[in-house]
Amino acid sequence: MPLLELNGLQAWYGQRHVLHGVDISVEEGQIVALLGANGAGKTTTLRSISGMVSRSGQMCFNGRPLSRAPADETARLGIAHVPEGRGTMGQMSVLENLRLGAYVRRDRKNVAGDFRRVFEYFPWLAQRQKQAAGTLSGGEQQMLAVGRALMSRPKLLLLDEPSLGLAPLVVRSIVEIVATINRTDGVAVLLVEQNAALALNVAHQAYVLESGRVVLSGKADELSKNESVRRSYLGY
Amino acid sequence: MTALAQQIVSGLAAGGIYASLALALVLIYSAMGLVNFAQGEFAMFSTFIAWALIVALHLPYALAFVGAVLFGFGAGIVLERAVVRPFEKSSPLILVIVTLALFSIANGLAGAIWGYVPKPFPSPFPVTPISLGGVLVSLQDMAVIGITLVVLGLISLFLTRTRLGLALRAAALYPESASLMGVRVGWMLALGWGLASAVGAVSGILVAPIIFLEPNMMQGTIIYAFAAAVLGGIDSPLGAVVGGLSLGVALNLIGAYIPQLADVRLGVALLLLVLVLVLRPAGLLGRPEVSRV
Amino acid sequence: MARTGPGLRIAIGVLVAVVAVGLPFQASGFQSLELAYALTFAIAILGLNLLIGYSGQISLGHGAFLAVGGYVTAIGQQRYGLNYLVTIPLAGIISGLIGFLVGLPALRLHGIYLALATFALAVAAPSVMKKPADLTGGVKGIILPPYTSLVPGLSDDQYFYFLCLLITVILFLVSYNILRKRPGRAFKAVRDGELAAAAFGINVSTYKTLAFAISAIYGGVAGSLYATATGFVSPDSYPFQLSILLLVGAVLGGIATIEGAIFGGLFTEFLPIFSQQALTPISRQLANAAPAVTQGIVLLIVMFVARQGIAGLLRQGYAALRGRLRTDAQTLKPAGESPPTGIR
Ligand SMILES: Nc1ncnc2c1ncn2[C@@H]1O[C@H](COP(=O)(O)OP(=O)(O)OP(=O)(O)O)[C@@H](O)[C@H]1O
Ligand SMILES: [Mg+2]
Repeated sequence: MPLLELNGLQAWYGQRHVLHGVDISVEEGQIVALLGANGAGKTTTLRSISGMVSRSGQMCFNGRPLSRAPADETARLGIAHVPEGRGTMGQMSVLENLRLGAYVRRDRKNVAGDFRRVFEYFPWLAQRQKQAAGTLSGGEQQMLAVGRALMSRPKLLLLDEPSLGLAPLVVRSIVEIVATINRTDGVAVLLVEQNAALALNVAHQAYVLESGRVVLSGKADELSKNESVRRSYLGY
Repeated sequence: MTALAQQIVSGLAAGGIYASLALALVLIYSAMGLVNFAQGEFAMFSTFIAWALIVALHLPYALAFVGAVLFGFGAGIVLERAVVRPFEKSSPLILVIVTLALFSIANGLAGAIWGYVPKPFPSPFPVTPISLGGVLVSLQDMAVIGITLVVLGLISLFLTRTRLGLALRAAALYPESASLMGVRVGWMLALGWGLASAVGAVSGILVAPIIFLEPNMMQGTIIYAFAAAVLGGIDSPLGAVVGGLSLGVALNLIGAYIPQLADVRLGVALLLLVLVLVLRPAGLLGRPEVSRV
Repeated sequence: MARTGPGLRIAIGVLVAVVAVGLPFQASGFQSLELAYALTFAIAILGLNLLIGYSGQISLGHGAFLAVGGYVTAIGQQRYGLNYLVTIPLAGIISGLIGFLVGLPALRLHGIYLALATFALAVAAPSVMKKPADLTGGVKGIILPPYTSLVPGLSDDQYFYFLCLLITVILFLVSYNILRKRPGRAFKAVRDGELAAAAFGINVSTYKTLAFAISAIYGGVAGSLYATATGFVSPDSYPFQLSILLLVGAVLGGIATIEGAIFGGLFTEFLPIFSQQALTPISRQLANAAPAVTQGIVLLIVMFVARQGIAGLLRQGYAALRGRLRTDAQTLKPAGESPPTGIR
C-alpha cells in the first residue's frame, strides 16, 4: 500500500473549483515530482494534502484517511509541508524556527540529535542560530525551511518550488540535499518544481498536472523521454 | 530629595498595578490583534472570587490568590473558545463589540452575585512604612512592585523558554506556518486569553485593598492600563511594564508637584494615550509597523 | 395587483405615523417623556450609525458629543439668555465643529486604535467639563429651565415629545437624502475600501472627516434635547457608559440602516427599564444588575445570529412578505434583494 494515496481529489477556494479529481500516489521512500504550468494546481494539491484548503475525495496517508484533517493534525501524522514562499517566521530566531519544527515530536530526547543532523546538512545554520530568520537571504531561508521540516522527522515531505528565485547553484544544492535526505532517512518527498529537468533527475515517479487534472504520469526517466513533456517542460 | 524618592516609590507601586493589567491587554493584543475592553471586568470578577474564597471559605490569602488566578486562567480559556472564537476572523468593530458585551455581562453578573456595595479587601502586607535609606516605603507598595516584576519575569520566561510559549508566539505572529508545524492555533489563542485573564486577576487582587472591591472598581485602572500599554507599545510585554511603571511615577509626580493638574490626572493619561496613538502608534518598545488594523 | 410594493410601503408608513402621533395621547406624561428620550437616543444613534455604517470609523466616545450639545443648551440659556429652541441648532453646529476637529486626528487611526482613542475621549469628557467651573458649573453642573408647552391643548410632556418627533423626522429625512445622493455613495465607497475609493477620485480624508462632523451634529442636537428632558447638565450625566449604550443601540437596531436607529433608540431607553422592572420583584440586587447583563447578552445574540440588527431582520421579513404577495399576483420575480447592511 502506498504511503500517500489521493483518489479523485477536488479542491475549492471559496466558490472557485480548482482541482477536478486528482489521483496521485507516493510510495514509501520515493521522490515524486509534480509538474505543471503556472496555475495548474500544484500548490493547491500540496495544500489539500496538508489541510489548508477545503477539499473532498479520498485521501489516505499511512493507512489513515486525511479528508477532514486540519493542518495541525496532518503535521502530527508525519507530513511536513514547506510551503510556497517558505513560511519563514521572520521575527523569530533561526533556532526558534528549528525548535518549532520539532514541536510535534513526542520523543524529545532525540531532538538534540536532529539538531546536529540539520547542522550537518546546513553547517552555516549553526553559526546563525541567534539571528532573526527574516534577515537570512532567500536561499538560506529555503534551507532553513527544509531543516525545519526535517526537525519534525516527517514520513512525507511536501516541497513547493524550493528553487523559486534562487541562483542555479543554490537550487542544485537544495535538490541534492533533498535527494540525500531521501536516501539516508527514507523520507518520501512530493516535489513541486519549475526546474523540471532537475526534478525529473532526482525523482522516481512524476505526474503532470493541467487545469486541476493529472494528464500524464509515470516513471520519471520515462516521462523525461516523453515528447510533449520534453517540449513543454524541458525545453528541447 | 527623599521626598522625591518617596513619590517615585509610591508612583512605582501604582504603576505596578497599571503594568500588570496592561500586560494582560498586551498578551491578548499580541495573540490576535484585539484590545480586550473587558479585561478590567475579568480582573474584577476574579478578585471577587478571591474575596469569596477568603471570606466565605476562610482560605488563607495565598491559597485564595492562587485560586483566583487559576479561575481567571480557566475563565479566559473558556470565554475565548465559547464566545470569541466564532469572531476570530471578523473585523475589529465586531471584536470590540463582543468584548464590550463581555464587559457588560461580567460587570452585571458580579453585581447580581455580590452587589454594588464596596467591600474592604484584605492584604497580607502591612501598610506601615519601613525606612529604606531614609525613604519610607510600605511593605504593601514593595509587594506590589515585586509581584509585578515576578509576573513579568514568569511570563517572559514562559514565552521565550518553553515549547508552549514558543508555539503561542508563533501562532500569534504566523498562524499558517505554525499550524503547518502542528501547532493548534485556536487553542494557542485561547491559552493567550487564559494567561491574560490570570495576569489580570493579579492586578485586581493587588489594587482591591487600595480602592475597595466592587463591580466598577477596575474602570479607572483599565484606562491607565490602556494608556500604559499604548505608551509602552501595545504588542510588547516589556513595554507594558515599562509603560505602566513610568505612567505611575509620572502621574504621582504631577500630583505632588503640579497641584493645578492634580485632579485631571486621568485627563493627562488620556491625552498621552491619544498623542501616542496619533504620533507614535508603536509606543516606546513596540514593533514600528502597525499593519494589523 | 402587480404593484403591491409601493402599496405595502405606504401602508407601513401610515401605520408608523399613526402610532408616532397617537402614542402620547394614550400614554401618561411620564411615558411621553420616556418616548421623547427614546427619540433623542434615536437621533444620536442615527449619527453614530452614519459614522460606523457609512464611513467605517468606530466611535466609542459619542457620549462626548451629547455632552457638548447639552452644555451648549445649558450655557446658552443661562449665560446668554437664549431661547432654548435657538440653542438646539446651535448645539448641533458647535458639536459638529468639534466633531470635525476630532475627525482630523481620527484620520490617522484605524480600527482598534480609533476605538481606543474615542473611548479615551468618552472617559475624559466628564473631567474636562468640570474644569472651567464658572462656565460649566463644575461638579454641580447647571440646572435648566423646564420646558413648557407652546401649543394649546398639549401638555408640557406631550409638547416636548412632539418637538422631539419633529426634529427626529427632519434629521432622518436629511440623512436619507444625504445617503441617496453623491455623498452617500462616496461614504459607502470609502467604507468598502479606501484605496479603491481614492482611485475613483473620491477624497477619502474629506469624506471621513465630514462623516465625523455630521455624526457629531446629530450627537449635539440629541444632547441638547437630552439635557432639556433631564432638566440639568452635570459631568455625571455623561459617563462613558452612555457612549457604550449608544453603540449598543446602533448595533442592535442595525448598522448602516436608517430605520435601525429608531429601534436602537427604543431599546436604549426601554431595555434597561424593562429588564430592571422584571427582576425587581425577585431582588433589588438582581434588578440593579439586570440592565448590564441583558445589554451584554442581547449584544452577543445580535452578533451571533443577526448581525444586521433588528432593521435587517425586518427587511428580510418585509422582502419575504412582498415576495409572497407578488407570487399571489403571479409575478414570479425574486423577492427584492435587500441592500447589504450590518456590521462587517
Ligand atoms: N487563494 C486563492 N483564491 C482563489 N483562487 C486561487 C487561490 N490560490 C490559487 N488560486 C487559483 O487556483 C488555481 C491553481 O493555483 P495553484 O496555486 O495551485 O497553481 P500552481 O500550479 O501552484 O501555480 P504556480 O506554478 O504559479 O505556483 C489558479 O487558477 C489560481 O488562480
Ligand atoms: Mg504554486
